[in-house]
Amino acid sequence: MLTLQFIPYSDIEGLSSEKRVKKILDVVKSEKVALLEGRLTREEETGLISTTMENINSNFKGIELLVLTADRKSVGMMKKIQNMVVELISGTRQGITIIGPATIIKDIKKDPDKIQLLTVERKRKKR
Amino acid sequence: MIHAVNNFIQHFLQNFFKKKRHIKLGLYGPPNGGKTTLANRICLDWLGEEMGSVSPIPHETREVKVKEQINIKSGKKELSFNLVDTPGIATKIDYEDFVKAGLSSREAKKRAKEATRGVIEAIKWLDDMDAVIVTLDSTRDPYSQVNITIIGNLEARKIPVLIVANKIDLKKANIKKIQSAFPQYEVVGISAKFGENMDKLYESLFEVA
Repeated sequence: MLTLQFIPYSDIEGLSSEKRVKKILDVVKSEKVALLEGRLTREEETGLISTTMENINSNFKGIELLVLTADRKSVGMMKKIQNMVVELISGTRQGITIIGPATIIKDIKKDPDKIQLLTVERKRKKR
Repeated sequence: MIHAVNNFIQHFLQNFFKKKRHIKLGLYGPPNGGKTTLANRICLDWLGEEMGSVSPIPHETREVKVKEQINIKSGKKELSFNLVDTPGIATKIDYEDFVKAGLSSREAKKRAKEATRGVIEAIKWLDDMDAVIVTLDSTRDPYSQVNITIIGNLEARKIPVLIVANKIDLKKANIKKIQSAFPQYEVVGISAKFGENMDKLYESLFEVA
């Protein structure tokens, strides 16, 4: 069974970068797929990768990650600049970030209209 | 207007780097994109010696390696840099993948441990780079989150980027797909293994760095 846990942006908004990453990884390490409203900053994304590497062991093999952002083609120029500044400083509520444990999620594929979570086939135990 | 601002920043950076006598040029990318093969090619072309070992098994480079004082020339242009070959950046490392590739369980666990440290080290070095060549395997899907995260980070740090679409000698190579994934960057198709199109890469390096 695949469990998805939604993390509203308000849950991480007031947290430091380290705590944001920890909160997400705690969900993923408990073998759930985290659906984060919005996205982390660029630096936090690399922080997530670094911290993931620090946590890898025989049970936790890492993460699969996908950031989906809204199409900004129709947004005005001033709004684009404002969004870029806000995102660089604090991340953004726009879009969604999917983070799953690599022991369960083999790959996350993005299509214009759909997201595919490819799961790892697990060997069934013989009775 | 955004394009004009980008151009201004780019020119500012170019002028800034021109004043530096040496720059640190980093090779970044996912595992098995051909970073070390490219590092070896650059070193062979300009120093006559290779830099590191390559392998079809991912994470062959597990620590940052630096080759100092490489001078490349083309006509009147000259660029001097320290070449920094970094471990491939990944979001998952499973020692069982190395076992499947033929390593013993002990070797595989050791490689996985070293590979995790390598990723952390590569990320730490990002701040020290003056310019970066992102090396991608042109036979693979470029839209991976790792690629997007690496390039996004370099962009956020205002580090000049040149994207290399490596392995163009292979039938499945698709440079256009990489160009469409990262349209704001120059993409140079090369075969580091066979030295194909390296002159174009060096020309582009002068422009970016």
